[in-house]
Amino acid sequence: MASLDIKGVQKSFGATRVLHGIDLAIADGEMVVIVGASGCGKSTLLRIVAGLETPTSGQVMIDGLDVTPLEPADRDIAMVFQTYALYPHMTVFDNMAYGLKIRGLPKAEIRQRVQEAAELLSIGQLLERKPRQLSGGQRQRVAMGRAIVRHPKLFLFDEPLSNLDAKLRVQMRAEIRRLQKRLAVTSLFVTHDQVEAMTLGDRLVVMHEGRAAQVGTPMEVWSKPADTYVASFIGSPAMNFLPATLVDGGAAARLSGGTVWRFTDGARPGGEGRPVTIGIRPEHLQQVGADGLALTVELAEPLGSETVLHGRLADGTALTARVPGVAGQEGVALAPEPGALHVFDAETGRRIDPGH
Amino acid sequence: MRKKVIFRGVALPYLLLVPQLAVTIVFFFWPAGMAVWQSTLRQDAFGLRTEFVAFENFLDLFGDALYLNAAWNTVIFSSSVAALALGAALFLAVQADKHIRGAGLYKTLLIWPYAVAPALAAVLWLFIFHPSIGLVGRAFGAIGIDWDYRVNGGQAMTMVVIAAAWKQVSYNFIFFLAGLQSIPTSVLEAAAIDGARPFRRFWTVIFPLLSPTAFFLLVVNLVYAFFDTFGVIHALTRGGPGNATETLIYKVYVDGVQNLNFGSSAAQSVILMVIVIALTAIQFRFIERRVHY
Repeated sequence: MASLDIKGVQKSFGATRVLHGIDLAIADGEMVVIVGASGCGKSTLLRIVAGLETPTSGQVMIDGLDVTPLEPADRDIAMVFQTYALYPHMTVFDNMAYGLKIRGLPKAEIRQRVQEAAELLSIGQLLERKPRQLSGGQRQRVAMGRAIVRHPKLFLFDEPLSNLDAKLRVQMRAEIRRLQKRLAVTSLFVTHDQVEAMTLGDRLVVMHEGRAAQVGTPMEVWSKPADTYVASFIGSPAMNFLPATLVDGGAAARLSGGTVWRFTDGARPGGEGRPVTIGIRPEHLQQVGADGLALTVELAEPLGSETVLHGRLADGTALTARVPGVAGQEGVALAPEPGALHVFDAETGRRIDPGH
Repeated sequence: MRKKVIFRGVALPYLLLVPQLAVTIVFFFWPAGMAVWQSTLRQDAFGLRTEFVAFENFLDLFGDALYLNAAWNTVIFSSSVAALALGAALFLAVQADKHIRGAGLYKTLLIWPYAVAPALAAVLWLFIFHPSIGLVGRAFGAIGIDWDYRVNGGQAMTMVVIAAAWKQVSYNFIFFLAGLQSIPTSVLEAAAIDGARPFRRFWTVIFPLLSPTAFFLLVVNLVYAFFDTFGVIHALTRGGPGNATETLIYKVYVDGVQNLNFGSSAAQSVILMVIVIALTAIQFRFIERRVHY
């Protein structure tokens, strides 16, 4: 168990810059999820922490010790791979015992540790099997077991749930979180799945094009996204963005269609006429009377307790709304819930908070 | 998806099989049958009379010191060739599998020797090891080693082993390289994170995963050393000096073609045939079972 500090880590492959200086401090026992679309550099960052890649510049410190020049073997970390990466020629027991044997632990202790981990993951009855005789979920557990028995300073997870079917993924997700809390091992978890990120992490790092777009707790990231990228990435269905300009001294915004929405949480700086992007989550749009924003529904997806409506505004802007119950198939009038509007700079996409 | 075609009637399927069957019958079963028949016969020195002697040719062989010598030579020769060709190929494949500059060129060059005809390979090694014109042969002489494979049996054996193994390294190299490349990188990374150093990774992860390939190659190499090295030996030493490099296959040639002792030569061929059938059977039996995943 240890803290992890990533300081100014940059990485280039030839002329291609994949990481533009990442800084991140992870406290002892914390679980941080790195989330982003494919190609954002999240796996590269994880591999740098593991020692499988060398950073172009910057430092990785585990427990205050600079491990940047060290081999993976010397970092005392464990990693769970997307493909599980079990040793195909070894039994489950040997897979889990491999790292312990290398460290020269006494046989009795190896046996005990493997048994403990196997019970924790309920794979005790599989110890004599070879990986090819296991299902995907079982392999995943063995891979976890191999990490757990080592009692490492750090757990690294590289999209470990991507190869599982949807139901198993939800189940393993909960199990990983439970285990991590119980063992209190500092963990770094990489995923492209925002639901996984929200549910697993004490904190999230949303990565975008080699930069950490936002670091924060899942609720912070969800309720105060730092820019339009984070806003669109976190939450499902994705947030709607509407072009608008500030009016009434920054206390309201006029949408391109002419509708004016007032901010209930205070005026935005920049004054009259500043071009902005208004973000509103589909679930924060309510059905109202005739004076709302008119949406021509093109597709209604009934989810049982609620309905997702995809449609267009009068000026052609696409909009998605999630409304309770079974909603109309043709046209609805919508208005935002109070305090649910996000305001972003139209040019930079950065969040604009009230005040200043 | 494999497409299964179902023929109506039996005429067409048999007709389609005829070319393959004809080749097998004409070039394998017929000569093999002739060899078996001939191995039970004995001719007089002038080829005027032939008599049926049943297994006498075989019994004679097992009492013949020269034949036992050839058998022993074959054991030494084959195991040395297999060990050298496999070892060198594995080493080269591991090196070629690393991320190095010019890996493509390096791999191509390593595959070349396979395209060289056995006799040419032998001549090439002749120019290297010849005591008076060979590069290495002269160098040996210059540093005081009494090198002459034409009189020293041990040196002759060493040379044919090297020449024969060199021919086979390319073949082994291709298989080992393919085997190495089929090992997922993440498994090796997992081993590295588990604390295994490169040497240990090789012996505990890479080598076990290569063992089905290695076993297959071992059988192929033994078969090669037993049967396909005639050209190399013939061009380099002609089984000499004395009978120092006379292997079983070479003795078949000497007794059958040079000494015209057809009965004995045929009996030797039959023995070799039994050996190759046994090797192939072992291979088919174990190769399936030893695959790990």
